[in-house]
Amino acid sequence: MSETVNLIVNGQDKAVSCSANTTLSQLLREHLMLTGTHVGCDTSQCGACTVHVDGKAVKSCTILAVQVDGSEITTIEGIANQGEQHAMQAAFKECHGLQCGFCTPGMIMASIDLVQSGMDLTEPEIREGLEGNICRCTGYHNIVSAVASAGQKMREA
Amino acid sequence: MSNELIGARVLRKEDNRFITGKGRYTDDINLAGQTYACFVRSPHAHANIKGFHISAAENAPGVVAVLTGLQVLEDGLGGLPCGWMLHSKDGSEMKQPMHPIMAGEKVNYAGEPVAVVIADTYEQAKNAVEQVAVDYEVLQAVVDTSSAAEQADIYPDIPANTCYNWELGDAEATSQGLAEAAHITRIELINNRLIPNAMEPRAAIADYNTGTEELILYTTSQNPHLARLIFTAFVQIAPEHKLRVIAPDVGGGFGSKIFVYSEETTISWASKKIGRPIKWTAERSESFLTDAHGRDHHTMAELALDEEGNFLALNVKTTANMGAYLSTFASAVPTYLYGTLLAGQYRTPSIYVEVDAVFTNTAPVDAYRGAGRPEATYVLERLVEKAASELAIDPAELRRRNFIGKDQFPYQTPVALEYDIGDYEASLDKALEMSDYAGFASRKDASQRAGKLRGIGLSCYIEACGLAPSALAGSLGAGVGLWESGEIRVNPTGSVTVLTGSHSHGQGHETTFAQLVSAKLGIPIDDIDVVHGDTGKMDFGLGTYGSRSLAVGGSALSRAADKVIAKGTKIAAHLLQTDAENIEFDAGEFKVIDSNEGKTIQEIAFAAYVNHDFPIDELEPGLTEKAFYDPVNFTYPAGTHICEVEIDPDTGVTEITKFTAVDDFGTLINPMIVEGQVHGGLVQGIGQALLENCVYDTEGQLVTGSYMDYCMPRADDVPSFDVGMTCTPCTHNPVGAKGCGEAGAIGSPPAVMNAVLNALGQTDMDMPATSEKVWQAIQNAAASN
Ligand code: FES
Ligand code: FES
Repeated sequence: MSETVNLIVNGQDKAVSCSANTTLSQLLREHLMLTGTHVGCDTSQCGACTVHVDGKAVKSCTILAVQVDGSEITTIEGIANQGEQHAMQAAFKECHGLQCGFCTPGMIMASIDLVQSGMDLTEPEIREGLEGNICRCTGYHNIVSAVASAGQKMREA
Repeated sequence: MSNELIGARVLRKEDNRFITGKGRYTDDINLAGQTYACFVRSPHAHANIKGFHISAAENAPGVVAVLTGLQVLEDGLGGLPCGWMLHSKDGSEMKQPMHPIMAGEKVNYAGEPVAVVIADTYEQAKNAVEQVAVDYEVLQAVVDTSSAAEQADIYPDIPANTCYNWELGDAEATSQGLAEAAHITRIELINNRLIPNAMEPRAAIADYNTGTEELILYTTSQNPHLARLIFTAFVQIAPEHKLRVIAPDVGGGFGSKIFVYSEETTISWASKKIGRPIKWTAERSESFLTDAHGRDHHTMAELALDEEGNFLALNVKTTANMGAYLSTFASAVPTYLYGTLLAGQYRTPSIYVEVDAVFTNTAPVDAYRGAGRPEATYVLERLVEKAASELAIDPAELRRRNFIGKDQFPYQTPVALEYDIGDYEASLDKALEMSDYAGFASRKDASQRAGKLRGIGLSCYIEACGLAPSALAGSLGAGVGLWESGEIRVNPTGSVTVLTGSHSHGQGHETTFAQLVSAKLGIPIDDIDVVHGDTGKMDFGLGTYGSRSLAVGGSALSRAADKVIAKGTKIAAHLLQTDAENIEFDAGEFKVIDSNEGKTIQEIAFAAYVNHDFPIDELEPGLTEKAFYDPVNFTYPAGTHICEVEIDPDTGVTEITKFTAVDDFGTLINPMIVEGQVHGGLVQGIGQALLENCVYDTEGQLVTGSYMDYCMPRADDVPSFDVGMTCTPCTHNPVGAKGCGEAGAIGSPPAVMNAVLNALGQTDMDMPATSEKVWQAIQNAAASN
């Protein structure tokens, strides 16, 4: 059974026809070819698939496309502003917060939400806030630095 | 090579694509006409297959083909080979069970593929898998490592489930040392089995073109050339010149993507049958079940000391679990990457090690970050710390007393290695200072007043990296030489394409290698691109593992750059009408000695391709050079890790309050990348020590088969780190580099465990020191007091 899901993805209107059991991550990766959103697990544990649904971080493997009908979706491909990298993207590079890059889009999307949620962003808060995102490469050290540094820039802006 | 780029924290060239979502991992690739594969996997750990019933699946919607292990047998496909031949003490060859790409007659571990369904969509394939019925006759599973040899044989031709009984060192001298000892410290340890868990699950796309008879395989590999070789020479899927293996962006490996697995092999074979591309991407549950696992040792060790605490002899007996089949490098891991490292940083005169490798009905076990060296370090550093505690000698002091002195290099160990250089006291001293070791007692008091237990633990590790001198590796049983290739193409307009047989899946080669080439040739780093991971672009390479990329692959590039300079010198001499001897090269310029005349390397590159008047017999056009580098020895990174923990006795929760790592990796090209490698390794090691554990039940069912049950370290489980460096450059490669990828995972587990045990005032506990285990240990101690 095919359903039509209407979404705004990275600022563009999209009408996608997909089956009722299509997850948001599948819709993004397989229907819209937005392959920056990654799938790293099958139990909603790793956070590689994190995107923003109406501005909040959501694990896109965990939600059906039909559930987000009418929502505004932002993926890693949509956070740069007219070619200028988002402060969080720039900070991940600046602080060497990525190695293989597989967890990175999800980490960046989760981190942006973390900063926007208005926490103080002390080291323990950042660490707790990123608990839903697994990185096997970086040991988190530089990710924490990146989030702290971008957080400051985002708040100053 | 003197240039401010060597040792510079250059931001990574590869990052832009990853932070913008433009990375191109295997699963991101889609080909026209692509089908999808889903595997039928054995639910049993050990069973005979009595029959396949596939017609319902064949008739299911969208299904293109259903292939079983029986067809693999019919087609006579070779098995997946192990690349390292070991011999037992008695000289006999190791036993190697046939490892079919899909089982047709008998399954030997839960999750082993027995059939594959190929359909137009993944969903259709997955649904049809449910309709494949397989009749099994279930057999008793062999699971436990230490008792495997006593259980019923899994393979009729492999007695006692034993792959080999290997030994190294001098048994007699070691028992002599033990007999003369003033004190013997004994330990029994399990090195817990781990599941690698690179965040990108394994994936592959096989694309067979019936017109050209060429097969292109995209795969998540750390060494695509090796995959191509195995496919051609052993499994005989396609001739090498018709087979191109591409490992695009790869999302972490840690060893698990070195190996050639059933799935990519099966879909390559199947693509040829159906004449369409086939994609397979592992679900995480499949990764847990079938990625080669790591570690899984059971060890008894004894260390003999004299009255002054000098080490006299070390005796080690280990049983290593190979799993159900021998994976690509499996046999070498608990032997040449383990036994040879048991001297550690110490002068122990006599060492003897025996390793029994056993088969069990579990997933294959192979190299995982560190591969053998973490196991060796764990045995030695737990033992040394226990000895220090038994003799009431400060553990730092006991180690220092036994260090190989910095004036004793080259140093021949009793276990076959010759260390070229090191300065172990320097890294120990620096770590003691950075960790404020001297101030520990007062911090412990403060914790005590707050009702907490504080402990500190050391680990002084050494590893052998830069695999490997080919001749030595060959004499020890390696099936292939372990050199590396590198090619530098200076394009006509002065930009550079660097091709390497190493592969980057997070290590940052695109930056480090560009820095190296830029420093050598004086060409701006932005003009240099590094290409890797495609057998269609470079002729051969041996890939990335064992922290070998810079030490071996970088050295090959360094040599290729020397050749570019030599060729450029000839061209410059021709253009400037002088002899080559009169030309010197410095910082991107070929200059006539003692004159103002010269040409930039960019001018030379242009001339190399467009000139009309080269004396073609003496000087060929072009400025592309290739070099191979075969190391003369391993490299020996070493260092000291110090972990400090605080334990809440009410909950057993261990918090790492400070972790200091001081490493000697020789010359660093990019310290930012090196530190990142250390951080990542540390968390894998801390994960092993405190959280991670792969558990099978007695039937051979994987209990820890998802992130719900297998505890991965998350951001709030670990601290930030204090990382320091010392430097004794490697003496035998042109870069001076030793390798840095594994040290964190090697040094940290014993440091963490020693700290936990120090806090508890105990000497025995196996990893992982979960809060439950720690709490129980506290209760047991209280009860027995
Ligand atoms: S893929 Fe969504 S949480 Fe792992
Ligand atoms: S960078 Fe590789 S998983 Fe995070």
